[in-house]
Amino acid sequence: MEGIDFSAAEHRRVTIVGTGPAGLTAAIYSARANLEPLVIQGPEPGGQLITTTDVENYPGFPDGIMGPEMMQKFEQQADRFGAELRWGTVTSVDLSERPFKLVVDEETPVVSDVVIISTGASAQYLGLENEGRLLGHGVSACATCDGAFFREMKVAIVGGGDTAMEEALFLTRFASKVYVIHRRDEFRASKIMQQRVIEHDKIEVLWNTTVTDVLGDTLVEGLVIKDVNSGDEKELAVEGFFVAIGHKPNTEIFADYLKRDETGYIKTQADSTYTNVEGVFACGDAQDHIYRQAITAAGTGCMAAIDAERWLADQE
Amino acid sequence: MSQDAKYVTLSDANFVSEVLESDKPVLVDFWAVWCGPCRIIAPIIEELAVEFEGKAKIAKLDVDHNPQSAMQFGVRSIPTLLFFKDGQVVDQLIGTAPKKVLAAKLENLAGQPA
Repeated sequence: MEGIDFSAAEHRRVTIVGTGPAGLTAAIYSARANLEPLVIQGPEPGGQLITTTDVENYPGFPDGIMGPEMMQKFEQQADRFGAELRWGTVTSVDLSERPFKLVVDEETPVVSDVVIISTGASAQYLGLENEGRLLGHGVSACATCDGAFFREMKVAIVGGGDTAMEEALFLTRFASKVYVIHRRDEFRASKIMQQRVIEHDKIEVLWNTTVTDVLGDTLVEGLVIKDVNSGDEKELAVEGFFVAIGHKPNTEIFADYLKRDETGYIKTQADSTYTNVEGVFACGDAQDHIYRQAITAAGTGCMAAIDAERWLADQE
Repeated sequence: MSQDAKYVTLSDANFVSEVLESDKPVLVDFWAVWCGPCRIIAPIIEELAVEFEGKAKIAKLDVDHNPQSAMQFGVRSIPTLLFFKDGQVVDQLIGTAPKKVLAAKLENLAGQPA
């Protein structure tokens, strides 16, 4: 907060941080409660669904809906009721006293009576040096974003959850072959997705395998893979490497103020979105490591807005 | 594209003349219509084109219709933003970035002697 002058900062009743389904649902409900919420879009407006294709399991869409299109509808709805959506990223906060202080893009101060945290989670990487070096040059965490660059090439994806399954299937539209690399001997993805992957002609699953290095000079040329049982390593020639090993909650900036679990998820009180700081509420993937679905995020977003509204009323 | 758009629309055909032979620094935004994050930065690109008019060239390349240029520069992910000066790539950003970061990089390039 050094060097930021809060004396003339805009003062809001409710500020919502992040605009995935949780944040945007909280925005709809807060706006309809006449709380005039300020909603800071964050670095990934729309959240994780912006980088998916068909969303088939969100209730209300029997034929499925494209992720970006769905988030656009959420946004339109929030906008309709008067939520103020603003570009920018909250880079630091001070939740030690009320009203709370937030800094947007390292320079703009905002003061708020309530903060609703819906910062979600971002893709994790393996953490290999060459993985970082070749990011954007064959290494990617988003098949829907980058799959088209790998037409008729061999690619590999590492992971065992629904994201890995969905991305592997998506990649078959472009790649000549897709290797799914998983460190165990069974996937944790939903049964229907597992089946589709295992039965697909273009997909070959490498069970009990991990990736220990990424090869290539200026572009990905292959991977070094390791059998977890025997310890044997060998090279796998691929031109694309997709990482789908899970997500990490985006809660670092709240670390000094909010209780989080060992993996960084914000702790909320049972059956509510209350955090350990009164007036600060958390919803969506930033606090949920169990369900992590768009519909549960939307559900907790609604809860956060209602919790916030009632709490504000109690303060008066 | 609106009448007032200040950015340059690139193609495989004009890449050399517009980017590599430009006397000003060039920011190239590699994008595609199906890329969600590309749409996020689109308004930022347009704003930068207006703000840096005369100092730097802001250009967009649709990789779907112009695969050669993307191939040539090893672009395998979008959005990718490449900064060119005197025909060379001098900086790059993979993924979305806040406007401040892009503007700072452009300021830096535009301020250097040719």
